[in-house]
Amino acid sequence: MGIEEKLPDNVITTTIEKFVNWARKNSLWPAGFGLACCAIEMISTAAARFDISRFGMEIFRASPRQADLMIVAGTVTNKMAPVVKRLYDQMPNPKWVIAMGACAISGGIFNTYSVLQGVDKIIPVDVYVPGCPVRPEALLDAIVKLQKKIETENLRTKQDGGIEK
Amino acid sequence: MEELRNKFPGAVEAIGTQFGETTVTLKKESLSRVCEYLKQEKGFDYLSDLTGLDLGLEAKPRFAVVYHLYSIKSCQRLRLKVRTDDDVDSVTPAWKAANWFEREIYDLLGVSFNNHPNMTRIYMPDDFNGHPLRKDYPLRGER
Amino acid sequence: MTELDKMLTIDNDSGEGVMVLNMGPQHPSTHGVLRIILKLAGEVVIDAVPVIGYLHRGIEKLMENKTYHQAITLTDRFDYLSPLSNNLAYCLAVEKLLSLQVPPRGQVLRVILAELTRIQSHLIWLGTQANDIGAITPLLYTFREREELLDLFEMAGGSRMHTSYIRIGGLMKDVPPEFMPKVKSFCDTLLPLMKDYEGLLTKNPIWELRTRGVGVISAEDAINIGLCGPTLRGSGVAHDLRKSNPYCGYEEYQFDVPVETAGDVYARYLVRLEEIRQSRGILQQAMAKLPGGPINAPISQVVPPEKERVVGDIESLINQFHIMVEGFKVPAGEVYFALESPRGELGYYIRSDGSEKPYRIKVRTPSFANLQALPALVKGRLMADIVAVIGSIDIVLGDVDK
Repeated sequence: MGIEEKLPDNVITTTIEKFVNWARKNSLWPAGFGLACCAIEMISTAAARFDISRFGMEIFRASPRQADLMIVAGTVTNKMAPVVKRLYDQMPNPKWVIAMGACAISGGIFNTYSVLQGVDKIIPVDVYVPGCPVRPEALLDAIVKLQKKIETENLRTKQDGGIEK
Repeated sequence: MEELRNKFPGAVEAIGTQFGETTVTLKKESLSRVCEYLKQEKGFDYLSDLTGLDLGLEAKPRFAVVYHLYSIKSCQRLRLKVRTDDDVDSVTPAWKAANWFEREIYDLLGVSFNNHPNMTRIYMPDDFNGHPLRKDYPLRGER
Repeated sequence: MTELDKMLTIDNDSGEGVMVLNMGPQHPSTHGVLRIILKLAGEVVIDAVPVIGYLHRGIEKLMENKTYHQAITLTDRFDYLSPLSNNLAYCLAVEKLLSLQVPPRGQVLRVILAELTRIQSHLIWLGTQANDIGAITPLLYTFREREELLDLFEMAGGSRMHTSYIRIGGLMKDVPPEFMPKVKSFCDTLLPLMKDYEGLLTKNPIWELRTRGVGVISAEDAINIGLCGPTLRGSGVAHDLRKSNPYCGYEEYQFDVPVETAGDVYARYLVRLEEIRQSRGILQQAMAKLPGGPINAPISQVVPPEKERVVGDIESLINQFHIMVEGFKVPAGEVYFALESPRGELGYYIRSDGSEKPYRIKVRTPSFANLQALPALVKGRLMADIVAVIGSIDIVLGDVDK
């Protein structure tokens, strides 16, 4: 004689947090931000064989204002760095960043006068994917890891996008 | 090539052949005339490449500007070389292709070109100091 | 005054309705980080100034600090849509300095890899150009075909894209036995698939409206401004380095050089489609004449020994160590070598001072030379034509910015 018996089969219970996180992780929309070679592997991931559409991400938004995931694919140079920061600031909350490839993580093989040694010097990164270039399977693995991370987020304490603002 | 020496006395400093390629070293004052001649009379209508070299701080003159000419009809290549310390005449009146190549040399090596339509930096940001491809510029930049 | 200042000073005569608009560096259709500053009167383009350098990584200076062998991995990253062509150009230039001859099997394999890269690059071009103009289906089709080619590269070289498979003196190692049958089956399935793409685009009235008469340049102007590759051949100039200055045994293959005279985007589209078919022909001839024998020149100072011997006996280990760590000395001198990459004339100017590291390497990249012509091609056209023109000159920003 509890609530369980009164509930019909077509009602599920959950918490708001789980529900919001589930909605967010299954419909991440990436901003098309391919800079160099890794961009080609990103397009390959979106093409027929590795189908990123299975994860709800086939729409690469042209404008950062309509996207919530920024995949930094390629080398970030000192000339391009202010542009990356501005685009990141233009994305509305909640937003996540995947640093794809050795160049985005730490400058890669280009330790020269014009390359920023890692995109995390200017924006916060959630998942780092190594590779040069990153295989599409590795990028999909990174997306799955990001989805797992989103599942465990706490709405109250999430820094950008929390209810407490 | 001897024809060139005869036609422009005093302009040609050296003619060399190595690995099947002919290199003509010119005095920088005669560059424009020789280029016009090569383009109109000898059919070198295509500028394949224009590049610059830093021969080191002790070399006098320090820089060399190297032109790779090509003739589409006869499929022949020719290399011209000019030594300079600071500036060279631009060859954009002869080949418009030289425009961006010369801007690149100005940006990375610091050699400026007279009568160039737009002598500004092309790769580095406009407020950058220094010329990265010079031998005394550090690889990792002045951090 | 810089070019940009001149553009921003709106002269009083035509001051009505003139707008300066910034396109890029983040833009879905600019094939990378290209920024174009447009001066528009309504939709008509009055001027377009490309601003580049957003991907300038300083690779030429980096190569001066690496040995000749180590620099091969850096060459992949210039034109990242046709990495094996870059490897080939660099290795042929160094072999010219060293006066090395690669054995026949190595040469034929190099030709096969170069033509596979050409087909792969043109497939990407076709997909992205169609996508930019608005036809999204060919993108998915051509990337599906491209996956077959990437499987081939992975089978031979170990990686899908930056294989660094072509080395100084020959190749990294011989191709596995399942490579040739797969190339043959790819060639067999290619023509019916090309019919699909052509059926979608070539006689499509929307495609013709968007591409005929757009971005026209005459043959004389094209030569003077330094255009190369299919962009030049679309304007009527029959210039192909594989025919005019052959390398790697190209003089022994029968193939045509497609040329169109209209000089517009449609002409360049037809040229590249025909090049895919011609490449397929070269592949079939190469497969038929592939000889046996060694793939590498027998110069042990330059070519490392096979891996089995390196882990087996001490002399090979020392030889390998010497090449990889110290590098080999290259005779002093300078050389310029250019080959026909999918985008045009890719040239390497290498100056050596006799040591193990190059003194100066200059890469003459086709996209840098082709992009110079952009303002001339779009003046007076509508804004939407800019995207079609950029797609037709087929630029890669890694090539432009080095």
